[in-house]
Order: sequence, then C-alpha cells, then structure tokens
Amino acid sequence: MPTSGELKERIEASLPGSTAEVQDLTGGGDHFRAEVVSERFEGLSRIDRHRLVYDVFGDEVGGPIHALSLKTSTLEETT
Amino acid sequence: MTTDEIRAFIQQAIGENHVMLFMKGTPEHPMCGFSARTAAALNALGVEYSALDILPDPRIRQELSGLSQWPTIPQLFVDGNLVGGADIVTEMYDTGELADTLGVSQPTGEQVPEPPAEESPQTAPLGLENRLG
Repeated sequence: MPTSGELKERIEASLPGSTAEVQDLTGGGDHFRAEVVSERFEGLSRIDRHRLVYDVFGDEVGGPIHALSLKTSTLEETT
Repeated sequence: MTTDEIRAFIQQAIGENHVMLFMKGTPEHPMCGFSARTAAALNALGVEYSALDILPDPRIRQELSGLSQWPTIPQLFVDGNLVGGADIVTEMYDTGELADTLGVSQPTGEQVPEPPAEESPQTAPLGLENRLG
C-alpha cells in the first residue's frame, strides 16, 4: 500500500527540482492529494502538467492509487 | 456489445456532444465525490451537457482512458477535446476559465459549487447501459 511519503519521493525524483506535498486523504493509502511545484510546468497546460505527474505512477493511478487529486504550479505562480 | 463497439460509442459521444462528461453515476446521483464536484460546476454554469455513467461496464472506463490517455474519472470533454478531471474543472470554474471555455457567463458569488446542485439543467444522460444487452 503506497504511503504519502512514498508518493512524495517518487514525484520529486521523477521531476527534478520539484517539491511535492502529499496528503493521504482517507488514511487508507488509496486517496491522495498532491500539491506539486516544478519549473517543468512552465508553459504547459493544466492537462499536460497533470499528465506529467500521473505518468510518474503509470497504471497505479486508477489502480492501487484510486484517486490522486493534483494542484500543479510553477514557483512563480506560488509567489 | 463488443469492446470495439464500446470504443466507437465513446468516440461518437465525444465527437457529437459539445460538452460531454464521463462520470461515476449520473448528475442526479453521482457515485463519487469527484464526479459530483465536476457535475456541480457544470450545473452552476447552467450549461447543457451530456453525461455518461462509466460504472455499468468496466470496459467503458478502460476504453475511455485508452483513448484520452487520462487515468481517472471524471473526464470532461468540450468540442472533442479533453479539458480535464475534477481538479482542473474546479480550478477552471474558480478562475472563470470554465465559463469562458463554455461560452457562458460566470454566475455571481465566489463559492465553489457544493454538490448536489439544486437545479439540474443538463440534458438526460446517455443510456449506454441500454445498449449493452
């Protein structure tokens, strides 16, 4: 069962320079919320930003990770 | 209904409906909070949309995600293009971009719509389950 810490590490490892805050919404290891800040998102649509994060987990999203709610920003957008 | 027929039906639904929502349950009886939130945003804007419940057959979701390359439900399409899932639709509702995309005016009041919406101006959901027999 994935943990929020694991998801955080995997997102940050796959998107170098990114920071991710991940919450386990239900405590059940299957509904997560991630707020990801990365320069990789610069110039990308929301769809493409979310796809970048979903791609970290492949088939796990919709499978063991039942739901992964996302908020994606560039550093500039957070300030 | 074969898997190919399901895929063709989904493509047709995306192609022929200006605003097409794939969700768990129906706008009247959403079966998942994310689907409920997405339908509520559309209801709040008062746009007409078609909705398809993906739950009656697991292949619907499988084929839909294969076509859209988007892993989760709900999925909102406008004019044949994937707009996003619940997070994106909610964000776009909040910023007014969803109203712009749909060519309607943003309702006054700044609250994110809370499902269930009181009024459901959308058209009746497509009955894919009726075609599965």
